[in-house]
Amino acid sequence: MHSSIYLLLLIVVPLAGALAAALVRKVQGLAYALGVGTALVEMALALIVAFLYNPHVKNAQTYDFVTRHVLSAPFGLAYDVAVDGISLLMVVLTALVLLLALLGSRDKRREAAFVGWLLALTSFTMASFLSHDVLEFFIFFELTLVPSYFIIAGWGGAQRAKAALKFFIYTFSGSAFLLIGILYLGFAHQHQTTGVLTFSYSALQSTGMTHSTAVWLFIAFAIAFAVKSPIWPFHTWSPITYAEAPTGGSIELSALLAKLGSYGLLRFAVGLFPLALPTMRPIVLTLAVISILYGSLIACATPDLKRLVAYSSVAQLGFITLGIMTGSKIAMVGAVLLMFNHGVITIGFFLIIGFIERRRGSYQIKDLTGLQGPAPVMAALFTIVMMASIGLPGLSGFVSEYLILIGTFGTHAWWGAIATTGVLAAAAYLLWAYQRVFHGRAEGANASITDLNFKERWVLVPVVVLILALGVFPKPVLDRISPSVQVLIHHVAPAGVNK
Amino acid sequence: MNLLATTTLVVPSIHYLALLPVLTFFGASLVLLLMSALVNTKVTINWATGITVATAIATLVYAFFQWSYIAHHGSTTTVAHAIVLDGFSVIGNVVIAVSLLLSALVAHDWAKRERVAGADFHILALASSAGALLMVQANDLIVIFLGLEILSIGLYVLVGFDRHRATSAEAALKYFLLGGFASAIFIYGAALVYGATGSTNLSSISYFLGNNVVLRPGLLYAGGALLLIGFAFKVAAVPFHAWSPDVYEGAPTPVTGVMASIVKVGAFAALLRVLISALGTQLDTWRPILFVLVILTCVVGASVALVQRNVKRLLAYSSINQAGFMLLGVWSGSARGVASTLFYVMTYAPVVVATFAVVTLIGGTGDDLHSIDHYRGLARRQPWLGGALAVLLFSQLGAPLTVGFYAKYSVLAATIDSGGGALALVAILSAAIAAFFYLRWILALYADDDVEGTRVHVPLFTGKVVAVGVIVAILFGVWPGPLATWCQHATMLFLP
Repeated sequence: MHSSIYLLLLIVVPLAGALAAALVRKVQGLAYALGVGTALVEMALALIVAFLYNPHVKNAQTYDFVTRHVLSAPFGLAYDVAVDGISLLMVVLTALVLLLALLGSRDKRREAAFVGWLLALTSFTMASFLSHDVLEFFIFFELTLVPSYFIIAGWGGAQRAKAALKFFIYTFSGSAFLLIGILYLGFAHQHQTTGVLTFSYSALQSTGMTHSTAVWLFIAFAIAFAVKSPIWPFHTWSPITYAEAPTGGSIELSALLAKLGSYGLLRFAVGLFPLALPTMRPIVLTLAVISILYGSLIACATPDLKRLVAYSSVAQLGFITLGIMTGSKIAMVGAVLLMFNHGVITIGFFLIIGFIERRRGSYQIKDLTGLQGPAPVMAALFTIVMMASIGLPGLSGFVSEYLILIGTFGTHAWWGAIATTGVLAAAAYLLWAYQRVFHGRAEGANASITDLNFKERWVLVPVVVLILALGVFPKPVLDRISPSVQVLIHHVAPAGVNK
Repeated sequence: MNLLATTTLVVPSIHYLALLPVLTFFGASLVLLLMSALVNTKVTINWATGITVATAIATLVYAFFQWSYIAHHGSTTTVAHAIVLDGFSVIGNVVIAVSLLLSALVAHDWAKRERVAGADFHILALASSAGALLMVQANDLIVIFLGLEILSIGLYVLVGFDRHRATSAEAALKYFLLGGFASAIFIYGAALVYGATGSTNLSSISYFLGNNVVLRPGLLYAGGALLLIGFAFKVAAVPFHAWSPDVYEGAPTPVTGVMASIVKVGAFAALLRVLISALGTQLDTWRPILFVLVILTCVVGASVALVQRNVKRLLAYSSINQAGFMLLGVWSGSARGVASTLFYVMTYAPVVVATFAVVTLIGGTGDDLHSIDHYRGLARRQPWLGGALAVLLFSQLGAPLTVGFYAKYSVLAATIDSGGGALALVAILSAAIAAFFYLRWILALYADDDVEGTRVHVPLFTGKVVAVGVIVAILFGVWPGPLATWCQHATMLFLP
């Protein structure tokens, strides 16, 4: 087993960077440089963890870098971190999002504060993905609200105050159910065992419960994660929030924080309450399919690019949820991969939209036309990202959606069939938006925009590389995901999924 | 004559270590009173603050000795079992002493700004706090009543202390009339409980109820209900809260800070002793009443606060909502519940005093700039002050990494442990409603449309008090371990 110090560093380094950024706020540009430096260190750490990760540590299921320290016995509070194949990709994604959000969306208004909040958000998100303790996860999950709130409220668009409030209140209310569920589970476990209050994930996994208890707890957990994801009908906060947030904030929210929802659903709701699955599976699958269709349909009608990506995210998160809930191993591996791929693709989308907004001062589709002429490189990169999102074979989006759909057809053919239409719809709304924005004759302000500059192109390079690499050769990544998913499936449905 | 000769008055044994905090507070109050009456030159505010601070620090020192006494000899009662010395009372004393210390420092700067001469504020605050200390240590309904009255009478005067504003006098009258009414209800309840159980002593009541079956419990139930109403008034639980917004608004802001902290500590400590120590056997009877009380208090407190524009009224409703959470720990009726309410009160007090310290500053000379609009852009103009207020509000909201989160967490845990899942859910959803107005206030702090507004001067002491509140909020928000363990130890010896 590897030392857990790496995981501690992953949490502490960005937090230290945030404090340092706050200290040097008076010096022009220094905070930004510090932020980028921290992000590079964080990225390096994440990659080290990703390469060192060994799924075959003895007696640790597929966890590595494990450690646990009890902080307060009366509260059942502990510092407990570990990485497995499911969280590993999220760790890399968290570091990647930070780096690209910083590089691609420099905002010079009160820069030190912006960098500080972004770093703090990274630290908390990282800690949520690394938590191997349910209470610890909840604390960091909830804590991500504070920096997000300040980022939206401080640097967002005209309706930022409303967006920030809506975001906070929605998610806060959702997690209320989660907290109650966690406490209930903790005490149920305490009363069954030695009487020590613990929220350790592996300990709670063995809690005995009746079917109806499992269902209620699953619902409590699922509400919180459905709000965060967002899954229809809990999605209403997301379009305004994504649209009003500054570019860096939109990236963090939709590429990363949304994944906290699906990650939580997979790890905690599914992992802790397998008894509830036979009852809840059809319901959640149906909601997932509705999310796919609803997100796609609204995306067709939406008037601006940011909302378009927001609604397309609702659809994509629907696919992820579908993969998580079917209970087939292939689909679950696909879902974990899609969590990463959707993150990368969304970074690409929001970065390019940010670049457009920087040039034109607008991301309304009606204001934009014929950008392909003056900005061919931008158009080309947008096309790659778009095609990956649609699921063109050879690009990353295809692999994950394909895995999810195969798995779903194996166990839940009807849901799979309807979900597949979502892939077609994605092609429709994205290509149509592309036509309107990039095709045609550029006139006026649209004709005079400049193409992506050197730095902007380089920021998009990692996105494009990941889209191509994971589209052609996903094996090393899949090899890391599979053992952990296998363990989870074994715990959840030892006898296989009932078709 | 013969009769008198044979009757000797039995003086109960007195354990002075237990009484020292109360005696010191009264003593300090009397000394200040005498000084201002006898010394020719007016007792300056510096002297008054100095003596108050010294008194509070002395109580903290006693607490150390009391704690080690309890660790060695166990908890004990004295003065004919009317006063109790246990871990719970020591912690209660510490919280009251710290709250008074912080409030006195805020009041010091406030008095200088408002040109309030003399030691009146400190005399009354010390006396009131002595009443709260008595309530924390009381093991007898009569002593609780005594403490309640001492606490209240000082406050009635303090609320009407600002003679320049008519609202202050109005608030004092309101508080006095309704408070007197509540006291009457409380003492009537005590009388009925005495009638039903034959004693006013909490231990004796508990013993009686544990060893006898009350065949006609009407008297006991009525008595218990009246006691509960008396307490509900003092902690401003809905539907006995109507006085609180007006009084919070009308009272001079430092006094509001005292009310929100010290009164809550005293009242909750006594409430816990009465309901859990004395009437613990009647759990099934009072729990449903408390259930309704908690739901009303949480929901009404949070919802009505949404429409407030005056921050003092807003904080009044916010503190009603917080009281609902504290009642949650009482409802659970377990050792964990008592510990959690203690933890809640203990961490809420310094945070709320610091919040009112900021409100005192923004209130400006004349103490009437309390619209939320006066806070627009504060954190942009003065990042430290505005940031501090944001932290304090986040703590009251219950955001993680602030101590408010663990306070809410601990009462919710206790509630769920006692089987109150639905109650806990209602409470935490009310916290989500409450989040709305805290966040709106924070948004105002960070608004950037009024960056050029006037800066407020932060006097030394008030600045320190705000800093202490922020440190408590963050330090114990990251590291709640010691406080949690402390509360657990304090309540281990609490239950009969």
